Amino acid sequence: MANSGGMTSPVEDVIVFQVGPIPVTRVTVVTWGVMAALILFAVFIRWKLRKKTPGSAQQVIEGMLSWLGDEIRGIIGREPGPFIPLVASLFIFILASNFVAFISSFFEVLKPPTADIKTTAALATVVFLSVPFYGIAMTGALNYLKTYVRPIWIMLPFNIISDLSRTLALAVRLFGNILSGEILFGVILSLVPFFLPLPLMFLALITGTIQAYIFAILTIVYIGGAVKVVEKHETEEKAK
Amino acid sequence: MTTEMLAIIVAGGTMAIGSIGPALGEARTAAAAMEAMARQPDLSGTITRTLFVSLAMIESTAIYCLLVSMLLLFKVGPLFEKAVAAS
Repeated sequence: MANSGGMTSPVEDVIVFQVGPIPVTRVTVVTWGVMAALILFAVFIRWKLRKKTPGSAQQVIEGMLSWLGDEIRGIIGREPGPFIPLVASLFIFILASNFVAFISSFFEVLKPPTADIKTTAALATVVFLSVPFYGIAMTGALNYLKTYVRPIWIMLPFNIISDLSRTLALAVRLFGNILSGEILFGVILSLVPFFLPLPLMFLALITGTIQAYIFAILTIVYIGGAVKVVEKHETEEKAK
Repeated sequence: MTTEMLAIIVAGGTMAIGSIGPALGEARTAAAAMEAMARQPDLSGTITRTLFVSLAMIESTAIYCLLVSMLLLFKVGPLFEKAVAAS
């Protein structure tokens, strides 16, 4: 590697082992670890689920889901039922992945999955595909396609470009924020190993939470753009 | 001066110049949001949500600069070095 200070390129990753022709990198292992932990947690929550006497973990999860539901109701203006699975899964997975950065600061072996462009690109692709999915499922294919020529037909290429560029921005934003936190932490740790990294770790916690929140909110906003505008148009037509 | 040194200098300049705009923009956004919240405390929930989303949007400009400087440091610099060595 042609860089100084012993820092490896953040774009490449360590290959842990190989399954046939497919190399399995560190990020893949950590991602599967996060997924396994979340599934175990979900199974645990399901097992402890009580209707009359909810435990503390159940109350936390219920509070989070009702908060997300309120956000969805506020932005889209529909009942949050169909959107909750996607948005909550994205939020919880990104939150857990960002907190791996906090653990990795101690061990230096784990890399947060969201500090890798491939993970965030995959998450952004999910959002990119879910927008037409919800648009077509809730308003019909014709009404969804009409959103592309919404103000006037001249806006068609701009709408298409906006669809693609916001997906790129979604991926790069999450990746850049988490990666910059990691790099900053590494640099400070190599300069002053005692006490000074601590505030940066708190900053990484706040950044991770806010980025997960922003990813979820932007997902709601993008889906809402495909679902909400049409409904407003319909009510206008009914008023006529 | 090798191409790699040039890449490092340009990467530093990219971050330095590229973070001025987002910093000013975020400062203006936060100031405007605080003023709005002081005027209408009832709407602080909506304002905070919009503030976070717009801050993320503004911040992505700085993130693009970070990405470009990363590419310069870890991809383009060594690539140029290889190309110069090969020719």
